[in-house]
Amino acid sequence: MGNYFSFPDLLIWLPLVAGIICFLCRKEQSAKTISILASLLVLGVSIASLFHTDDKKYLHFNNANYIWLKYIGANYFIGIDGTGRLLTLLTAIGFPLVLMSASRTKYVSAPSFYGLLLLTQAGLMGVFCSLDALSFYFFWELALIPVYFLASRWGGEKRIQATFKFFVYTFTGSLLMLIGIIYVYLQTGSRTFEDGTVVAHSFSLSSFYNAALSSKEQFGLFWLFFIAFAVKMPVFPFHTWQPDAYDQSPTPVTMVLSGIMVKMGLFGAIRWLIPMFPAATLRFNEVVIILCLIGIVYASCLAMVQDNLKKLVAYSSIAHIGLMCAALFTLNPVGIQGTMIQLFHHGINIIGMWVVLNMIERQTGIKQISQLGGLAQKAPKLTILFVIVALANIALPLTNAFTGELLMFTGLFQYNHWYAAIAGIGIILSAVYTLNMIQKVFYGEWKPVSNFFPDLSITEKLVLVIIVALVFVFGVYPQPLIDLTKESVNQLLMRLK
Amino acid sequence: MNAIILTAIWGVIMMFCGVFVKSKKAPKFIAITGLLLVFAANAVELATKKSFFNIQVHDMLQMDSFNLAFLAVIFGCTLVFFLLSGADVENVGSHVAEYFALIFFVLCGVSLAATFNTLLILFIGIEIISIPLYILTGSDKRNLKSNEAALKYFLMGAFSTGIMLMGIAFLFGGNPTASFYLQHLQIGVGPMPVLIAFGLVFMLVALSFKVSAAPFHFWTPDVYDGAPTVFTSFMSTIVKAAGFFAFLRLFQNAFGNMHDQWQHLIIFITIATLLIGNVTAVFQQSVKRMLAYSSIAQAGFMLLAVFALNDRAKEGILLYAAAYSLATIGFFAILIKMEDYTIDGFNGLARQQPLLAFTATVFLLSLTGVPLTAGFQSKFFMLMAAVENGNNFWVVIVAVLFAAVSAYYYFRVIQAMYFKEPGNLPLTRETELTGSFKAMLLITAILIIFIGIYPEILVGWMYH
Repeated sequence: MGNYFSFPDLLIWLPLVAGIICFLCRKEQSAKTISILASLLVLGVSIASLFHTDDKKYLHFNNANYIWLKYIGANYFIGIDGTGRLLTLLTAIGFPLVLMSASRTKYVSAPSFYGLLLLTQAGLMGVFCSLDALSFYFFWELALIPVYFLASRWGGEKRIQATFKFFVYTFTGSLLMLIGIIYVYLQTGSRTFEDGTVVAHSFSLSSFYNAALSSKEQFGLFWLFFIAFAVKMPVFPFHTWQPDAYDQSPTPVTMVLSGIMVKMGLFGAIRWLIPMFPAATLRFNEVVIILCLIGIVYASCLAMVQDNLKKLVAYSSIAHIGLMCAALFTLNPVGIQGTMIQLFHHGINIIGMWVVLNMIERQTGIKQISQLGGLAQKAPKLTILFVIVALANIALPLTNAFTGELLMFTGLFQYNHWYAAIAGIGIILSAVYTLNMIQKVFYGEWKPVSNFFPDLSITEKLVLVIIVALVFVFGVYPQPLIDLTKESVNQLLMRLK
Repeated sequence: MNAIILTAIWGVIMMFCGVFVKSKKAPKFIAITGLLLVFAANAVELATKKSFFNIQVHDMLQMDSFNLAFLAVIFGCTLVFFLLSGADVENVGSHVAEYFALIFFVLCGVSLAATFNTLLILFIGIEIISIPLYILTGSDKRNLKSNEAALKYFLMGAFSTGIMLMGIAFLFGGNPTASFYLQHLQIGVGPMPVLIAFGLVFMLVALSFKVSAAPFHFWTPDVYDGAPTVFTSFMSTIVKAAGFFAFLRLFQNAFGNMHDQWQHLIIFITIATLLIGNVTAVFQQSVKRMLAYSSIAQAGFMLLAVFALNDRAKEGILLYAAAYSLATIGFFAILIKMEDYTIDGFNGLARQQPLLAFTATVFLLSLTGVPLTAGFQSKFFMLMAAVENGNNFWVVIVAVLFAAVSAYYYFRVIQAMYFKEPGNLPLTRETELTGSFKAMLLITAILIIFIGIYPEILVGWMYH
């Protein structure tokens, strides 16, 4: 297999082809089936890739390199390493869950809906696998376009403005990054192809790492890249697109956005930003951490006063991502390790939250906390599962997020006690608003809207049980994920030496 | 050489065809045949470096791979234009053959303007392009707007021609050998002689008029709006790209040595063009007028080639000509079929005509510069050229921010097509949407995506 198809190839092309087939489908049911089957197949490939690591004989399985644009030295170069494997696994697990929970809702022109979702998956996989700056940029944008169409076509009332704001923010960010890519590219060394052609510069990751950049150049370029990644995460003050976009998008798209797409920003920082500009990172990491801390406190305060369920989760997501970004930029091994595994756990937990919110919105048509109440009486199973996911989201011990947050806090604490204390406020507030929300929506005063609320259907039960299982498995035994990413953490730290 | 002679001959043939062929459909097919012939002849010359005609031109024309590759792009785009919008040319008026003849004469002018090596040929080329365009602009004779546009275009054009002649005179007198050849204008190091400086500024102004760069763009929206839409499509793409090509070649071959002395002028014009084009396009309600302003905005991006003036810039202008022309021609072809030219006229097009909406989206995404489309590659190469240039890095950042602004007005059309509800009336003139028209639209869209993935199909010709 290794000589014909590699794992990253399959991860990108399977959803792409399946997505195009979905577009050609006439019936809603067949598109649904194809998309779920394809996403399960991708999950299989992703799990298989976990068993083919680190050994030289598996090199061909994990990398694919073809000449793409010879005159400018760009390759179609994809491969998976520790971080990439973690995030492709998250994408592969996330999409079947998203698709299954979406399948209960009726969408107009559903085949395009499922097709676009699969195209998004292909774009995301590409981002996590690219080892060539130009392919990276291609996939980076390709993940954006289908999401834009998904959100604007099937979203809420104010969808057109909200999603266009999202598009403009990210598009501007990426264009600035493109300038950065070009600038670094022009400082790279020459490259020789197998057939003897020599071109002046190269887009490959390794030559980007070794580009001859003075520290002054690094200082400027750092911000060009950082803005692109910060918009995606989002980090304060680039976050203003996010609550509206989450609120107005159809929930399956919000799951993709908040569970997986935000990880693109952090991944970009881990794979590109920090290793490319070590000097600038060491110089500016404190600024980034302070921005993140402002974001954590600010978003947590806003989440406390939200009456809109979707916006509440959106703001809580800004706070969580802010913590991850801050821990990453502490640049100590514990903090980075914490961020790495939290990338995965946050994705799982937030998808779980959205699955439940999607159900509530579909059954009652309401997303205001003040109009809901007493759902637990009608839907006890749903309540139990949701409470577990929500507690995982605020990182209670024995749940998956606990290990990640513990490591991240240790990292922050080592860096600066006061910063850790400020971030701690965010965590306390997150417990306040999450528990408050659970209390009002599920246990609070009984409201007539919850009268016709059915308990879980079989698909939703399956989705939530899988998520809860992941929460507990990794809560009790987090070691596999740490092992998976340990090597990446070490490599990242080597670049900073 | 093949291209210059064959386009001229075929223009004459088309004129006679107007006298002897009575059928209204025939001229289109004769024109397409002629264009295929010209394209093939040019391709042969590009591949073998030998012309069918052996004429002594005393080095006044320069036929290298770059020029011929550009002509191939131009003829290819014109072919797409004929195939997509040929039927609409027939609807403009009764003198169908003459319209095609005029287009062939324009192409002859383009061939001259792309291969000139002396200022005289440049002047002749630009004039041969301009005069048929004045006629085409006014070809909708009973429409007052068309008449007004033609007159305006003619007056403005004549004025800028005068300025260009003045510039040529200065340049002729200013260089020590008193010659029209470009290479004799290259004055080595040191400050520019005053006469050359005057000549350069006059040429800059005149060419900025022709390519509608700010602040010399005021004729553009009125003329593009007033002219029959099918000719606007031709004027704003192929002719404009040719203008830029001449612009780039003149400044590279004649003034390249003095680049740092006139670069700030180009920066001013570039930024002004980007600013005025993009900001004004945002406020347009009519899609045709929006495209007129967006063509000014795109001109700003093409000016980056003159700003950068290196090998990448050559690749960039080649790609830009193809990407911009194909996307705009395709989108105009759809616009012509619409009942209502305002943005609201596109509301819900995706429900009524999914294929039209899909291809229009590809064209608009390409104009915005989203990856996987030719538009991205052209912008990417242009930006690479500008960054490689090494100084005035901020110009690149400004250009990129304006590219983000352009997303606003292009996406308004996409939003109207996909996310808004249609009324009860049909949005398009459905009888004119033949199967072959739709197939051609799809082919154009696929071509754009193909160039977007593999731009070396065009760039490679330059190094043939």
